[in-house]
Amino acid sequence: MSDPRSAVGGAVYEGYVTVKDSGAHGMITLRGDHAELAEAVKAAVGSGMPTQRRIEGGLGGGAAWASPDELLLFCDYADAAGALEKARKSLEGNHFLVADVSDARAVFALEGSGIRDLLAKLCPADLSPEALPHGEFRRSHLGQVAAAFWLESEETATVICFRSVAPYVYDLLSEAVKGGPIGIF
Amino acid sequence: MSTRLSTGGRLIDRAKPVSFQFNGRKMQGFQGDNLAAALLANGQVVMGRSFKYHRPRGVVASGAEEPNALVGLGEGGRFEPNQRATTTELFDGLTAISQNHWPSLDFDVGAVNSSLSRFLPAGFYYKTFIHPRAAWKHLFEPFIRKSAGLGKPSNPGDPDTYEHAYVHVDLLIVGGGIAGLQAALTAAKTDAKVLLLEQEAHWGGRAPVDGAEIDGVAAEEWIKNALQTLEAAPNVTLRKRCMGSGVYDHGYALAYERCTDHMPGAAGPRHRLWRIRAGQIITATGALERPLSFSGNDRPGVMLASALRDYIVNYGVSPGDRVVVVTNNDDAYRTALAVKDSGLTVACIIDARASADGPLPQACRDAGIRVETGKAIAGVGMKGKALKFVDICAQAGEGSVLETVGCDAVAMSGGWSPVVHLWSHCGGKLLWSEDNFHFYPDVTRFPTDHKGAQYVRTAGIASGAMLTHEVLGNASESAVAALEQLGHSAEAWRPSATGSEEGAMAPVWVMPQGASKAKKSKMWLDFQNDVKVSDVELAAQEGYQSVEHTKRYTTLGMATDQGKLSNINGLAVLSGALNQPIPQTGTTTFRPPYTPISMGVIAGPGTGKTFQPLRKTPMHGWHEANGADWEPVGQWRRPYCYTKSGESREAAVSREIRNTRDSLGLLDASTLGKILVTGPDAGKFLDMLYTNMMSTLKPGKCRYGLMCNENGFLMDDGVVARLDENSFLVHTTSGGADHMHAHMEDWLQCEWWDWKVYTANLTEQYAQIAVVGPNARKLLEKLGGMDVSKEAMAFMEHADGELAELPVRVYRISFSGELSYEIAVPANRGLELWEKIVEAGAEWNITPYGTEALHVMRAEKGFIMIGDETDGTVIPQDLNLSWAISKKKEDFLGKRAQARSHMASAERWKLVGLETIDGSVLPDGAYALAEGTNENGQRNTQGRVTSTYHSPTLGRGIAMGLVLHGPDRMGEVLKFNKVDGSAVEAKIVDPVFYDKDGEKQNV
Amino acid sequence: MLKFTCPYCGIEASETELAAGGEAHLKRYGPGSSEQDFEGYLFLRKNPKGVHLERWRHVMGCGKWFLAARHTATLEVFGTYSAQTHEPPAEIIENIRAKFPEWQA
Repeated sequence: MSDPRSAVGGAVYEGYVTVKDSGAHGMITLRGDHAELAEAVKAAVGSGMPTQRRIEGGLGGGAAWASPDELLLFCDYADAAGALEKARKSLEGNHFLVADVSDARAVFALEGSGIRDLLAKLCPADLSPEALPHGEFRRSHLGQVAAAFWLESEETATVICFRSVAPYVYDLLSEAVKGGPIGIF
Repeated sequence: MSTRLSTGGRLIDRAKPVSFQFNGRKMQGFQGDNLAAALLANGQVVMGRSFKYHRPRGVVASGAEEPNALVGLGEGGRFEPNQRATTTELFDGLTAISQNHWPSLDFDVGAVNSSLSRFLPAGFYYKTFIHPRAAWKHLFEPFIRKSAGLGKPSNPGDPDTYEHAYVHVDLLIVGGGIAGLQAALTAAKTDAKVLLLEQEAHWGGRAPVDGAEIDGVAAEEWIKNALQTLEAAPNVTLRKRCMGSGVYDHGYALAYERCTDHMPGAAGPRHRLWRIRAGQIITATGALERPLSFSGNDRPGVMLASALRDYIVNYGVSPGDRVVVVTNNDDAYRTALAVKDSGLTVACIIDARASADGPLPQACRDAGIRVETGKAIAGVGMKGKALKFVDICAQAGEGSVLETVGCDAVAMSGGWSPVVHLWSHCGGKLLWSEDNFHFYPDVTRFPTDHKGAQYVRTAGIASGAMLTHEVLGNASESAVAALEQLGHSAEAWRPSATGSEEGAMAPVWVMPQGASKAKKSKMWLDFQNDVKVSDVELAAQEGYQSVEHTKRYTTLGMATDQGKLSNINGLAVLSGALNQPIPQTGTTTFRPPYTPISMGVIAGPGTGKTFQPLRKTPMHGWHEANGADWEPVGQWRRPYCYTKSGESREAAVSREIRNTRDSLGLLDASTLGKILVTGPDAGKFLDMLYTNMMSTLKPGKCRYGLMCNENGFLMDDGVVARLDENSFLVHTTSGGADHMHAHMEDWLQCEWWDWKVYTANLTEQYAQIAVVGPNARKLLEKLGGMDVSKEAMAFMEHADGELAELPVRVYRISFSGELSYEIAVPANRGLELWEKIVEAGAEWNITPYGTEALHVMRAEKGFIMIGDETDGTVIPQDLNLSWAISKKKEDFLGKRAQARSHMASAERWKLVGLETIDGSVLPDGAYALAEGTNENGQRNTQGRVTSTYHSPTLGRGIAMGLVLHGPDRMGEVLKFNKVDGSAVEAKIVDPVFYDKDGEKQNV
Repeated sequence: MLKFTCPYCGIEASETELAAGGEAHLKRYGPGSSEQDFEGYLFLRKNPKGVHLERWRHVMGCGKWFLAARHTATLEVFGTYSAQTHEPPAEIIENIRAKFPEWQA
């Protein structure tokens, strides 16, 4: 099998923040009673259970709190089918939903010291360090489309959106970078 | 004649000359000038013409409230009309043109309006342009079009960029004068997050011009120190050139930053819209001076006293050698002193008050300036376009001239009005001051936020505090109140301040008080829209009592300055005419934005390629490279057809259909909605959602179903595939995926929350490719990897497996009537599979087809399309889909509604096929004509066309439509209307036009 | 630009992150119900100048529907609460009655 083709084909835009197509990643939607999911999460992606709005681990293996009955699990793209099966097996007999959504989404990496500043051009969320600490998994919108993001550090962040609008989000982010910093954080 | 003084000008840098052009004439200014100051420095007193009468006008103000000096700035795509010269910072290479004149600023044909002004009174448009009707088209409209319109738009696209900034702060302070600075200094001592905005390019507002001393130092020094403190405070953000434009609900506010207007071509966005969510808002927006209404007050050379003072002190510009000051208050005496200090002459101070004995008038008298109390201006004398003299009369009288005083500039002051706009935007109420004769915020009736608490406060002059120490104290106290609301404790303090005390002002609105009608028709209230005292009085006389109505009837306050100078004077005149107190008349509504903001900044990033999100399938690029003619489907772009070089759309669609029916076609069906529904109650849930039974579907099978809303009308349709005991994959229409997913979640979260069902919208996880036509199976077999034989995969079955070494789920379903497989593959592999199919299908002349071929083929088979056969008023029974409505189920969404008498009526129009007698294509949406007319005289109808196409398969027009008793009238010929008024005949037939027995798909 | 705190994820969400869903606590009438009950369920909505119990979905967020008690004129929000209830929690009723003692759900 050839390599998976992400929606914007490895595009990179450099400026006060660098916007990079992060390529294909394994992503699994897991819905169920959070109290029953810890073992499945561990088995599937090796991560702990995130608390409200947090992400445990990261793209290579992690779990993000998406709603009171939903998690988004992360693993390598090639491992998604296996991870999904592990979760399914672990939860057998429970009421749950597990689905591979690796291909439904696009992932962008942001790098640079102006990440909060850049996102503030596009997102209505409070992006201050107090409101958005590292590891806070924020679901909101960028421009006109739904998106989720978290900061791993002040210099690195990950943005996830739907695949079909990945070119739009890439254009939005790179145009915003082109404008230079607002200077508010 | 105005000119540059040899000294002075606190804002300009005389070491840095700047060249610019006005109406093609080269001029020189200095860095720090605004355009109005630079024009005055070059002797350019006339800067524009008024809107209605095209009267020559000079600058009247020095800031955002300017109504007259509007210019067109820039060139080409950067040209922008209606820019205030007073808020335009001068830069090297600036080009400006004046507006509202033809052929030139100096000589204007339209100024004939002016001599006809007595024929153009208030409400002229309403009164005159009504009759006769024919005159509208040939006389009135061309005249209005030629003379109306303020400025002209730029034609090429705007090359600049604009952006938004979402900001969350505890305390927003609007206005960087001494009040705003003092409020910020108070807040800087806490750890509240503070944003302080100033609309101008410099801080401190008017205090340095007015010469106050604060804490023992000159205002200028105090401001510098305050800024140093604030810049060092980690919790305070400062922004200049950023105008607080509006206050909205729940602590939301907008601000408009002009980032690069003063340095065009610089990197970065031109304007930025700040979308601020603030816990508390303080508006320290200062006050605006009011003009006085005297005959000739619109003449070039007459300006606000504060503006004249600004031009001298801030820019070292003399608006005239010999200045007359006319006033009803003490503040204007500061202007007289400034004129005197700059070495120019004050011809006379004309004070409408009976006496003026405060410290400021005293200082003027001590400086040898002549002061005339109880006097007024009876008229203004011009020589050409230059102001030459004023006639003086008694304020108490009717205007008999006592004396003529030579002068070339007039400084007028009618008192000050606090800028209460932002306070009022979200419901702050006002009180009328009987001391200062202005509206000011009523602190007991404040705007409230989501908690029902006060969230807007005013500071300084915006509160109605007129003296410097009161301004500073009030600002500090407002800040403390706001901070306490935010949970921070802070302490207010009152810096000591000196500045002359002012004597009482007098409520003089019109001078002289007994002015004749002729005089009043030369007293301007709204300079830009040419509304005069006589217009407002006429409106009152004609019965207009509401200030809102008067505004619209006279256009008072409707210009680009939104009545900043005219409103209070106008409503004072209206109150006088109605013989009622001013507070009883009230004000018009204050609405955002405070001053106009650019269209570009409102759009922000929503332009060009990010105008709207276009959704693209994984094969989008392939389609583009292969001649796709795009059609929008929701936010998706889908190929309508693929045109080859020289081929028409019609020919392409025909080719795609013929090749598909004869051999092999290929459709990108990725946009189709795909929703996973899983859980022990999933079957029960789908039984509620669909009109037919889904719980009985066996794993591995597919079933077509209909979804209705609670009102009984069809919402969506599609194929449901049962994956296993607990899970279904629901296919929705392309446009309906998000909506149907939301619909499911709504019922699950809000009604049946105890049912064990989870959903996930997997629409974008899969690229879906339909392989369609007699050779479809051969193609899949050639790709290899799974058994797709008739025996292994019957019609309406699905299976997981591999094709061409890719993981797939194959559904044997058909929307075309052909042998057809839909292949779902992970989206990141979609293009790869598509390309492999195209390559493998070459031997069968595989033809990608678009949405139009899809539509025609489904119509040939009589399949309905949501949005064509349905329009939100159609129920499944109308479409002869009763077979898909379960009789066994006790309940499903829409069942109760469909039991209503109108829904069960036999008179509802029902689906039939339609064939024109002449083979032509019926017009889309055409009505089937019936005999007679209805009570409105309209032709009766008995049906309508819902889908109509040319069928290349049958070589004729085919259509579907809803017809009264249609299914019972097979063979009957109906007439359908055409747009040209003629009618076309069509026969009622079975809606299945092609392969009625379904033999082609069952091979 | 309203804001509500989503009771499910704790985010104070701006109006652009939300979708409005009209009156809360409707009782569904299905097959067999009277014409009058069905009409009331399908069409008749409260439209008070006052406190309104209404549905909002955190659509650009956790995706959950929640309910809010909001005054339609002052825009004061007395609280947001779970959509899986038939009436507002006592605490929210108390908040409302503190300002509007006569208020009835």
